Amino acid sequence: MRAAIALAETDPNLRIALISKVYPMRSHTCAAEGGAAGVIKPDDSFDLHFDDTVGGGDWLSDQDCVEYFVHEAPKELLQLEHWGCPWNREADGSVAVRPFGGMKKKRTWFAADKSGFHILHTLFQTSLQFPSITRYDEYYALDLLVDDGRCQGVTAMEMRSGQLRQFHAKAVIIAGGGAGRMFPFSTNGAIKTGDGMALAYRAGAPLKDMEFVQYHPTGLPNTGSLLTEACRGEGGILVNKNGRRFLQDYGMGPETPVGKPQLKTMELGPRDRVSQSIWHEIQKGNAVSTQWGDCVLLDMRHLGEKTINERLPLVRELCASYLQVDIVKDPVPIRPVVHYMMGGISTNTKAATPLPGLFAAGECACVSLNGANRLGSNSLIELLVFGRRAALSAIEHIQGLPAANTAALNARAEETQKRIGELFSRTDGTESMSGLRKEMMDTMEKNVGIYRTEEGLQEGVSKIHELRQRYRRVILTDKTSVFNTDLFQALELGSMLDCAEAVTVGALARKESRGSHQRLDYVERDDKKFLCHTMVHHQGLDVPRVDYLDVVITKSPPGVRDYSGDHK
Amino acid sequence: MTQMKERLVQLEVLRYNPDTDTEAHFQRYEVTCYEEWVVLDALNKVKADIDPTLNFRWSCHMAVCGSCGMMINGEPKLSCHTFLRDYEGVIRVEPLAHFPIERDLVTAPDDFMEKLKRVKPYIIAKEKKPISEGEYKQTPAQLMKFRQYSMCINCMLCYAACPEYGLSPSFIGPAALTMAHRYNQDSRDGGRMERQEVVATHEGVWECTFVGACSEACPAHVDPASALQQMKITSSIDWIVEHLIPGGKK
Repeated sequence: MRAAIALAETDPNLRIALISKVYPMRSHTCAAEGGAAGVIKPDDSFDLHFDDTVGGGDWLSDQDCVEYFVHEAPKELLQLEHWGCPWNREADGSVAVRPFGGMKKKRTWFAADKSGFHILHTLFQTSLQFPSITRYDEYYALDLLVDDGRCQGVTAMEMRSGQLRQFHAKAVIIAGGGAGRMFPFSTNGAIKTGDGMALAYRAGAPLKDMEFVQYHPTGLPNTGSLLTEACRGEGGILVNKNGRRFLQDYGMGPETPVGKPQLKTMELGPRDRVSQSIWHEIQKGNAVSTQWGDCVLLDMRHLGEKTINERLPLVRELCASYLQVDIVKDPVPIRPVVHYMMGGISTNTKAATPLPGLFAAGECACVSLNGANRLGSNSLIELLVFGRRAALSAIEHIQGLPAANTAALNARAEETQKRIGELFSRTDGTESMSGLRKEMMDTMEKNVGIYRTEEGLQEGVSKIHELRQRYRRVILTDKTSVFNTDLFQALELGSMLDCAEAVTVGALARKESRGSHQRLDYVERDDKKFLCHTMVHHQGLDVPRVDYLDVVITKSPPGVRDYSGDHK
Repeated sequence: MTQMKERLVQLEVLRYNPDTDTEAHFQRYEVTCYEEWVVLDALNKVKADIDPTLNFRWSCHMAVCGSCGMMINGEPKLSCHTFLRDYEGVIRVEPLAHFPIERDLVTAPDDFMEKLKRVKPYIIAKEKKPISEGEYKQTPAQLMKFRQYSMCINCMLCYAACPEYGLSPSFIGPAALTMAHRYNQDSRDGGRMERQEVVATHEGVWECTFVGACSEACPAHVDPASALQQMKITSSIDWIVEHLIPGGKK
């Protein structure tokens, strides 16, 4: 939507189709709680935001991209402010900022603990004033239309009627979100099935750094609902069954005073380190055992009811409804939960993919801002900065393009029609959609979790490959045309399997530990061999091809990630 | 924390497929659930294990995306936030009232989407300034004047609850009017008079009979009824200024 608005504002004569498989305000951005980072206060600087992001990403970020990003971020947040986003304020009326994990300064703009929700609705409502944006709500995108070596549109199914539609376009921007639903325990909404990633991947654009999957440290153990990092930003602490603040035992100490969070250390360490520490603590037998598995405790009682209601109302409500725990009175059990894909469709700093005419932004893209581990509050701002950038790049791209070969595009669309028709008319199918989906999720959890091994990953690669073959025999129960979610879930499963294969293949090939990708058999970071991006190329039903692309280093050579606070 | 207990849940779900059915009918499902589950979990288990042809919308499972509104035992609810522990016996699940059914529990929200757009739910700046001049100052007190009304998740439960909307479908309705009020109350906005053309009409606030069902149904505690009441007051003041005060604007 940020891209659509930028297109409409820049050139009102453009015709813009906004295609989404859900009504736009249902997008999972609405579930993001904490906030969005941008340098605005006098004690902060672009260089500090740059250093936090590059170090947080374990030096896998492209530094030219980070440089562009930190400069654009405050402008985008101010733009949102001008569009009406209800950011929290200081007493003098200026925008308030809060501390966040891995950030050296307070620079996270927030709207209580519903920041993503407000960003999404502000964008959606703002978009309603532009007559050149035509929305196609509940259209499921099926295939990109590629001809003459460039992307020239997309085919989509209107979910309400089952009708196939073609959109011929001079440029396509994908903002399709992540693919966390390939895992069984995830903060992600049901719609996050990697469709955007798979769309680009199948059309020949490579997926980059897919093995980097972020576990958020604090998920509710039963539903996987996210408890924002702001819980810790506001002063919540993590303790094991003995009440010990165990993060001090994993290079993030010494202990800071309770309720006085100190930036970039202890509970405000980065997500990968905190999640990994919880995993170790569970291995050591220091977990609190619950009916939903081993957990540690997030204790916010010392914040008091007033602060909790003011700053973390959603967290209190979620814990009360889904777990029947009042965080004012009791600590809440939590465990790490799949949250975010650092990897995605390979894009450059201009949000362009290697396929001309195709652009991507947000979680579905890998512009190499987040490297091997994203810092909390860098993703909401990423989608704004690169959503706008994608629009500007698309406008550059469409100047002087030759006319489309309509017959060739129609022929591509017919191939899509045939593919869907075959799925509908299949009578010899033997595989159930929900059965395959469960096998995929179990495989990802067992073999491609927080800690990985050669053996487990080998098994993961062959299992996902097998599931992709068996997917060809999946059978639909529902063969009617109106809002057929049996069909859409089958298509989503196809997307997730493509993405899952890219994750496992990339993880197997990366024989080092960096950021969120941790190998028990290769425990060190290896900058000689792996200071590079994994590029996975789709090869039909065969195992995908992997090659590598160098990381762009401009001013920060790989160093040590230090989260031990100011105590040296 | 409660201990996880299994329970056999009976659901009675309204089914309708325009491809094959001439009219809607109820279908009974029995499914083993955990006591801590919500109605949506039970529906998902039915879809995965019993009947893949059952259709409903959902996404976030945390009451913020607004997708999964439906009638549960006759009341408009988010199914992801309706707990099995609060129900006994057969649970009746139907699509949101007052909206046309697309299929099964899926309704067509076109009317709401159109009305939301009509109230101009975006900042119409009082004084435009470039981004380079920084933020518009807004004190916490100014923020509190509208923040509650900005929490609307567009789930449309208030439309399903509103008796007026049921009787007069041209009524703009609680959520859209509340969104107009949200922007009217924002210190950065100067668009109230533009919105009044839609809001202060008999399709607007004056259609509301202040039953308050919208506020009862609202899962985000937005309290649309209070927004509508405040709008009626400001509209009345507008009328007095226009008609009764000498020199009042025309």
